[in-house]
Amino acid sequence: MSLVLLTPLDLAFAALLVLLLAFMSWRLHLGVERRLLIAAVRSTVQLLLVGLVLKALFAQTNPWLIGLMALFMLTVAGFEVLQRQKRRFCGPWGYGIGALSMFISSFSVLLLTLTVIIRVEPWYQPQYLIPLLGMLLGNTMSGAAIALDTLTRGAWDARGRIEARLLSGGTWNDAIADIRRDSLRAGLIPIVNAMATAGLVSLPGMMTGQILAGSPPMEAAKYQLLMMFLISAGTGLGSMAAVWIGSRRLFDERERLRLDRLRPAESKH
Amino acid sequence: MGLLRLEALRPRVLAPVSLCVDSGELVFVSGPSGSGKSLLLRAVADLDPHPGEVWLGAEARSAMPPARWRRRVGLLPAEAFWWTDTVGDHFPQAAAVAGASGTPPPSALPALLSALGFEPDVLDWSVGRLSTGERQRLALARLLAQDPEALLLDEATANLDPSNRERVEHLVADYRASRGAAVLWVSHDPEQRVRLGGRQFGIHDGRLAAIT
Repeated sequence: MSLVLLTPLDLAFAALLVLLLAFMSWRLHLGVERRLLIAAVRSTVQLLLVGLVLKALFAQTNPWLIGLMALFMLTVAGFEVLQRQKRRFCGPWGYGIGALSMFISSFSVLLLTLTVIIRVEPWYQPQYLIPLLGMLLGNTMSGAAIALDTLTRGAWDARGRIEARLLSGGTWNDAIADIRRDSLRAGLIPIVNAMATAGLVSLPGMMTGQILAGSPPMEAAKYQLLMMFLISAGTGLGSMAAVWIGSRRLFDERERLRLDRLRPAESKH
Repeated sequence: MGLLRLEALRPRVLAPVSLCVDSGELVFVSGPSGSGKSLLLRAVADLDPHPGEVWLGAEARSAMPPARWRRRVGLLPAEAFWWTDTVGDHFPQAAAVAGASGTPPPSALPALLSALGFEPDVLDWSVGRLSTGERQRLALARLLAQDPEALLLDEATANLDPSNRERVEHLVADYRASRGAAVLWVSHDPEQRVRLGGRQFGIHDGRLAAIT
């Protein structure tokens, strides 16, 4: 098995294609050339930086530095969930619900994987921990964001129905049950779809990377399967936690629907 | 002692309201739109956060689980909402109540429905098929079926033709008399207030005051 090492020149060729695309966008007045180039530069800088950071991390296996990196990843993921909410919770809850549920789900699945399934020594070995956490967080983030967004929008639109159930002697739990179910389903659909079509339409990104980097296809497939199972567990847990905390927060101690705890929708900025 | 007692209740736009509605008594509240009539009823049912206390007989609202409180002080909102597709799905308590006690309570469902001009098969109807008036009448049936001890009616007859309005007025009067329910009725219609009698209150400049 040989790994074809990429030289800067190889990458420059690929980058030329992006430049060509930007040029065409400019000629055809598509108006995306600026954003395209900025995104290309951003991804270059970010990925190279991450490569450097990982290189340093892998060389040291210092648990504190690894913890710091994990915390940074979680922080960014929390902001991403916040950004995707049309009606987010006011105050620290807006950020906290997403970040906390991702923390619970991603880190518990990660620990389980490292100690029980892959069994690396020490368990925090960064070659395994960081990429696994990245995959888990990235997917849990989408699930939690979609689920929370569906929950808060649903509650906002269904105020009359929710209050009608409260008035008929229902608890907050009865009143929000339908919307909570819809939100969870919405959060889980992407990963369910991804699993159902995996390999038929396109090879999943991780498997592609492994094959290109020289792994035998069966090994790559096994790792991809492991990832998909872990991701669906993580996404499910994360969406459930987010929807559970979020739906509780929509009601107060007297089980009143508190839509004033949501910020009004803001125009896209 | 009054059955429904509001004690320094302060919904968002109103000065503190203290009011006592006796068992079996009817009290009308009127006022320009936006004056806070609906907010007052919502506050009694504990749907919005606000200071103040409400008593049902000797029981304080704050000492009761909210779901139980809301079932006992029945609020009929101006707009009726339904949460599943079939009318009958919204009447689970009625069956439970009728099954539990030997004698049918005044809120027995078939009697309620026929008093409002419906056949029993209305329970199989789809909610989407209902007209605004039918929704409003069925919402009242749904409310009375949960056997509340007080009634908070928000424009209960606003979308009804005269014959159905009469049905609703009769049914509420019957329920009030037989169940001894305290009724707080928000109504725009001055004729209705004259027709049904009872104490009259108006809201002006954020204050609830008796109309003499």
